[in-house]
Amino acid sequence: MKYVDEFRDKKLIDKLAREIRESVDLGRIYRFMEVCGTHTMAIFRFGLKNILPANIELISGPGCPVCVTPNGYIDEAISLAAMKDVVIATFGDMLRVPGSHSSLEKERARGAAVKIVYSTMDAVALAKKNPEKEVIFLGIGFETTIPTVAQSIIAAKRGNIHNYSVLCGHKTMPQILRALVADRDLNIDGFLLPGHVSAVIGVRPYGFIPDRYGIRCVVAGFEPVDIMQALLMLVRQDRPRVEIQYTRIIRKGGNTLAEDSITEVFKRSASVWRGIGEVKKSGLAIKDRYSDFDAARKFDIKKGRSKENKRCICGDVLKGSKTPLDCSLFAKACNPEYPVGACMVSSEGTCAAYYRYGERS
Amino acid sequence: MCLGIPMKLVKIDGDTGLVESGGLRKSANLSFVKGAKKGDYVLIHAGFAMERIKPKEAVKTLRALRDAGIN
Repeated sequence: MKYVDEFRDKKLIDKLAREIRESVDLGRIYRFMEVCGTHTMAIFRFGLKNILPANIELISGPGCPVCVTPNGYIDEAISLAAMKDVVIATFGDMLRVPGSHSSLEKERARGAAVKIVYSTMDAVALAKKNPEKEVIFLGIGFETTIPTVAQSIIAAKRGNIHNYSVLCGHKTMPQILRALVADRDLNIDGFLLPGHVSAVIGVRPYGFIPDRYGIRCVVAGFEPVDIMQALLMLVRQDRPRVEIQYTRIIRKGGNTLAEDSITEVFKRSASVWRGIGEVKKSGLAIKDRYSDFDAARKFDIKKGRSKENKRCICGDVLKGSKTPLDCSLFAKACNPEYPVGACMVSSEGTCAAYYRYGERS
Repeated sequence: MCLGIPMKLVKIDGDTGLVESGGLRKSANLSFVKGAKKGDYVLIHAGFAMERIKPKEAVKTLRALRDAGIN
């Protein structure tokens, strides 16, 4: 077993689709939110919407890290990139995100040193190899990615690599879900919860969603069989609770080694989400003991006023209150070639998924 | 961005390992999967093994789905 093809078995997918059709109450509509951008992409890629009954609506949530990163963060990264002897190290998807006036890709074309890395450890290695440069890693992402960034800071400190730092824009999942469910306009019957975030934090942090708000939850894997089974579990759940579909990965208590590395380096802080605004305790900041590795404290970053395109409705799309089809820019002024908003840039963005997989009207 | 790829652990050297899938070999940081053994499948995210995959649970899930209800 290689844990991929077995979970893409067409027979099983068809069988699950039949079971879902037979289990739904035709007299009602089910609104389920897939929180994670990787789920959004898988749902489109495998065409799962086409085999679900019409009364199941899948709504994309705020779990695409690139999409929820506000313009202000991109602006800061760009102003760091303009400094002498600075190398920006980043995962590839951040490159094309437009800030208020430019993008890292455009700045790179103008001569800024921006390097794409596969792993945070590659960024640390880059710093070690270039002691005359300051290597700044763009720390964005949720609990799946955060331990890998924590580990890079711990390694840099241990290895006395003081020309490495992180511009911390990390966000955490349970806190944004708390803000979402507290919003009375949100009309959601169930959450397809992110499998890989949950591999790190476990499932206990989600307990308040069924307990306090009566909303069903299933933690799901990312292959089509996983997603279909999780949807069946959501449809069939009689009493709202957090169930785990992705049992081959998830432990209820999460991965304590990964969580420990997060708490070693980071502390909770408020965070600004694109289109949603500042949400209390929904982000992370670097602890004082690692302040030497905090780019925000190490460098004097020019803070301009950030601005967003007023016609872009990324924010509403991220909250699940609108779809890309409600946007006047979608597939016209805003497309993957010339993206206006982050949801079109990231390959996991809802707008990019709608565009790529042909949901244009 | 939370993509994770199941890969087979083929070599362990302290906190670093070599993982393989479909002929592609990569090095991976093993800090978060202490106790993983050669031959185990691990979930790789951005150069790190995030979790060991539990084969028994995978078999259980698939068997339950194949056996359940209508065919």
